[in-house]
Amino acid sequence: MDLFEYQARDVFEKHGVPVLGGIVATTPDEARAAAEKLGGGGVVVVKAQVKTGGRGKAGGVKVAKTPQEAYDHAAAILGMDIKGHTVHRVMIAEGADIAEEFYFSVLLDRANRSYLAMASVEGGMEIEILAVERPEALARIEVDPTVGIDAAKAAEIVAAAGFDADIAEDIADVFTKLWTVYQAEDATLVEVNPLVRTGAGKIVALDGKVSLDENASFRHPDHAELEDASAVDPLEAKAAENDLNYVKLDGSVGIIGNGAGLVMSTLDVVALAGEKHGGVTPANFLDIGGGASAAVMAAGLDVILGDAQVKSVFVNVFGGITACDEVANGIVKALEILGDEASKPLVVRLDGNNVEEGRRILAEAAHPLVTLAETMDGGADKAAELANA
Amino acid sequence: MAIFIDADSRVIVQGMTGSEGLKHTTRMLASGTTIVGGVNPRKAGTSVTFPGADGADVDVPVFGSVAEAVEATRADVSVIFVPPAHTKGAVVEAIEAGVPLVVIITEGVPVADSAEFFTLAQAKGVRLIGPNCPGIISPGKSNVGIIPANITGPGKVGLVSKSGTLTYQMMYELSEYGFSTAIGIGGDPIIGTTHIDALEAFEADPDTEVIVMIGEIGGDAEERAAEFIKANVTKPVVGYVAGFTAPEGKTMGHAGAIVSGSAGTAQAKKEALEAAGVKVGTTPSETAQLVRDLLG
Repeated sequence: MDLFEYQARDVFEKHGVPVLGGIVATTPDEARAAAEKLGGGGVVVVKAQVKTGGRGKAGGVKVAKTPQEAYDHAAAILGMDIKGHTVHRVMIAEGADIAEEFYFSVLLDRANRSYLAMASVEGGMEIEILAVERPEALARIEVDPTVGIDAAKAAEIVAAAGFDADIAEDIADVFTKLWTVYQAEDATLVEVNPLVRTGAGKIVALDGKVSLDENASFRHPDHAELEDASAVDPLEAKAAENDLNYVKLDGSVGIIGNGAGLVMSTLDVVALAGEKHGGVTPANFLDIGGGASAAVMAAGLDVILGDAQVKSVFVNVFGGITACDEVANGIVKALEILGDEASKPLVVRLDGNNVEEGRRILAEAAHPLVTLAETMDGGADKAAELANA
Repeated sequence: MAIFIDADSRVIVQGMTGSEGLKHTTRMLASGTTIVGGVNPRKAGTSVTFPGADGADVDVPVFGSVAEAVEATRADVSVIFVPPAHTKGAVVEAIEAGVPLVVIITEGVPVADSAEFFTLAQAKGVRLIGPNCPGIISPGKSNVGIIPANITGPGKVGLVSKSGTLTYQMMYELSEYGFSTAIGIGGDPIIGTTHIDALEAFEADPDTEVIVMIGEIGGDAEERAAEFIKANVTKPVVGYVAGFTAPEGKTMGHAGAIVSGSAGTAQAKKEALEAAGVKVGTTPSETAQLVRDLLG
């Protein structure tokens, strides 16, 4: 889960990372009040809160010299579209007197199955561009997951990046605190860009990105409230309530399968088959997981049939642990539960454990909406054909 | 021969007395795996009776710790079925007890925990498989994890995949040939055994004639595997990558399966593999056909 800048700021503050005052606002009135409170009449910055880059260029960051200007800027920025993200919130941030800009991040390094810290004395610009154009300006230091960034590691990073001696100690202190954020919050990314030195010589994290590991939510009950409910598709929310792994897509063939890999593969096979049937594409990703009980199957079908774009559904199950007769019973019961709400044709492909029994159950039920397919390719083709009918 | 596990593997089950552990221990025993013990400190000294492969009952003793189990049974493999909150503790215990191969089935392990126990395992020379994986099977010899044993038997195809059900699908498509070993390495961002580790082992395994490598979107593991194949693998490799139609920024089930920016797309992975001389199918059935073309 990616955090908004204002949430990252709050998390930084909680762990002692130096930040400037910032207050989130969802209306221009709130923005004015925040500016009065923060700036004491001084300069503030109105910053769009969106989980994408390039908001400055898009006009989503404005300096306000008075609370009224903060009001005006918030009125202009709220509701703005930045790369497909609607701005629902702005952060009113204390103005900063920036002398120098730096970069720091610590993140998961999949390739080395470890952590990587990156730092540069050339902050402010996009790090991807810096990494390509001036790789020598970006220090990359491996961090041992069993040790983390202690004082010695922080000093190593500071030296590798070439920070001036007069601020080295302060910078190293901030790095160890950012590591605390990474570790204590179970983050997979903590990035500060820019980390700044103010005119008065203070080191401050001006803008931060934090991604949290959802697998660790069991030890962070407080992380639930950081979720952005407004960004969740209603069908995805409904699926999540039933512990289903669902992603809404744009096409018209609903997909249900078991296991993430097989479902991804099913999407590809359906898209390929769709090329012969008017270019129809998958409507969703839905993984019902290992135990495809009748209740889970019903919940899955219910979510998919709730998508008005869906014209046909392809159920593709390989019975590994799950027996196909249980899956078949699940489909039959799901159709009973849904009754008239089940109104779209279903193509079912079953293979694996107890497949004969599974196919027999579906053949005997002879539900008018259900077509049995012998193979994954055949089922995909039939479902695409039905969606194009 | 096979890779990582064979008929001599002696397996203990951490979490054997839980519902998943009981279910899968029954299945592993039924497919001929030598299960020598379970671990549960609260049930130490008891035993659990399972139906064995030959119809006779098998009593599997429960030990209080992995160290005790290893001492008593000379176990050389541990398979872990404990919940995510306790997985790190279980893996660390197995590593410290000197078990050379630890297979972690548990889904939903925090990645910081995986990073930590992987670092420990490296230092002690322990091989981890998983987490969030279906395990490993050398058909007819040993089956450690949750891969169904009845899809196909022993043969000359070696298979490595991140995904469970896609592994089963491919074993099913190629059931007429059978497998030396099929290994599901898991879909998490940090995993103990990678495509490259499995490729290296299959290259050295005299029973494996053709290697099938299944990848999926996210990360650059497939690209790195392609480089490895180019430099080190002489056996024919057939590839498949799932997720051509996955949109950017959406996680497709596996925590690792996310396309970010231009990195991690199925197309880029396919091209990297093809550049390394790997034939890549666009669907499971086409991939199976490529293997058939090689084996005749």
